Amino acid sequence: MNKYSYTEKKDTRSGFGVGLSELGEKNPKVVALCADLTGSLKMDAFAKKHPERFFQVGIAEANMMGIAAGLTIGGYIPFTGTFANFSTGRVYDQIRQSIAYSKKNVKICASHAGLTLGEDGATHQILEDIGLMKMLPGMTVINTCDFNQTKAATLAIAEMVGPVYLRFGRPSVPVFTPADQKFEIGKAVTLTEGTDVTIFATGHLVWKALEAESALREKGVSVEVINIHTIKPLDAAAILRSVKKTKCVVSAEEHNILGGMGESIAQLLARELPTPMEFVAVNDTFGESGTPDDLMKKYGLDIPDIVKAVEKVIARKMVEV
Amino acid sequence: MPTIPELKKICSQVRRDIVRMTSAVNSGHPGGSMGCTEYFVAMYYEIMKFDPAKFNMDGKSEDIFFLSNGHISPVWYSVLAHRGFFPVDELNTFRRLNSRLQGHPTTAEHLPGVRVASGSLGQGLSVAIGTALAKKLNKDGSFVYTLHGDGEMEEGQIWEAAMFAAAHKVDNIISTIDVNGLQIDGKTDDVLSLGDLKAKWVSFGWDVLECNGNDIENLIATLKEAQKHTGKGKPVMILMKTIMGKGVDFMEDHHKWHGTAPNAEELSKALAQLEETLGDY
Repeated sequence: MNKYSYTEKKDTRSGFGVGLSELGEKNPKVVALCADLTGSLKMDAFAKKHPERFFQVGIAEANMMGIAAGLTIGGYIPFTGTFANFSTGRVYDQIRQSIAYSKKNVKICASHAGLTLGEDGATHQILEDIGLMKMLPGMTVINTCDFNQTKAATLAIAEMVGPVYLRFGRPSVPVFTPADQKFEIGKAVTLTEGTDVTIFATGHLVWKALEAESALREKGVSVEVINIHTIKPLDAAAILRSVKKTKCVVSAEEHNILGGMGESIAQLLARELPTPMEFVAVNDTFGESGTPDDLMKKYGLDIPDIVKAVEKVIARKMVEV
Repeated sequence: MPTIPELKKICSQVRRDIVRMTSAVNSGHPGGSMGCTEYFVAMYYEIMKFDPAKFNMDGKSEDIFFLSNGHISPVWYSVLAHRGFFPVDELNTFRRLNSRLQGHPTTAEHLPGVRVASGSLGQGLSVAIGTALAKKLNKDGSFVYTLHGDGEMEEGQIWEAAMFAAAHKVDNIISTIDVNGLQIDGKTDDVLSLGDLKAKWVSFGWDVLECNGNDIENLIATLKEAQKHTGKGKPVMILMKTIMGKGVDFMEDHHKWHGTAPNAEELSKALAQLEETLGDY
């Protein structure tokens, strides 16, 4: 049985919307911008309550990023909202020059990341965004796992100074993190303690990792599941502490294997603690139309894929030991 | 306030700085810088309200300027230095290692006067609109100014920003386009014709003025007129006709000088045409 339980499923983007609305009440410096996706990003509540601090920019994401950068001059904390694809790839140079290089305090909030966007297909299913954003010097990159964590992260990023990429998604997923859990940027969260293997998971794959842990426990495998909600800066201390104990690693993320969280962890381990590692990620390909569940199965991001990766990496560890 | 003859003397020194700065490192963009010299001198000596000693990022109650076509950094750096934002001697470091005077302006090195990086074209108008919105939220009645190249009008983001500013009535912004008709590859008419630029901006909902950017009296009058056009529900645009390379006969009106620095011989010929008025750095 899964060590964690849930009573309801909710979409992570709604966590963002509730968090943003709360920020609107708490912090008069928070402003929000949206590129014609107010409903999809759940920004309606903020827009309704604070019309003077909400800017509808239309279908013009490049302009939105520039305006957000400009709003910081004068002391505001802009939150931009659109799909992950239009929050990153479409506006990479605007983010690079006007936000990251210029060190502007802009919070880039991105929904519908990854395959679970579903039926709209590959044009909208960005699987490269974590890589794009983590390569920008000074950019904090966060990928949250459920409604509560997304809400908490939304509140937390307003408190830090500097550009942030906050990535979340479209589908309803189990709400299993505590509603009152404070979000600590850059601090990994250990969800289960184990000794045979560590699964580092981010975003929607965190719940699947917990399900995999349950299945593996029944087979007698002791699994440590750690939620890497912050991909940059990476919690190197927590990762190394766990890997010293378990001596093998599986990463799990809804992203291309190139440029994702797994790659960041692999780079850390290559330098500090070379360790057998397997990657549950999309294997350098675009997605396609389908239901989120069907897509996660087809592209190898489901619970059995994590179980298989764990069994493989433990076998490798045994050979190498 | 300096008199018109005094402003013209400052222009001559700024042009000397531009050719010397670019020649010293055999790189940089003298042509557009020389074309826009009167603009920068007018803005920083006559038009804008600011305190160079108290430069800070937020610029509350101060007029804020954004250079969107960042490659004409030499003219901006020269005017900022002479206006007291940083020591004039620092112009020696332009484009050299460990300098605050990067090839294209940046906030990364904390150079007073600069509030956003520019160089990749088409981004400055959006940023300026954001700052203009912040001024409105702060009930700060000062202005936001931008400068753009006419070649930059080929960037799509400019027109996203143009549409937004009109739709949202961002009427505390005064933008200027340096219309010199030239870009790296040649005449704008040949590279990608801009068509009727005035008609475009009018149809996008802007209040459009025109002036001769190399006639400092005409330019100052137009900038002051532009201030009177603010607060009326429309963003304000000045189409400023200039001559690339203005002030040195062999550099005038040729796209070669967009991004080519004068060599030693060309430099001495250029300097012979530009009076040293404030002392070379």
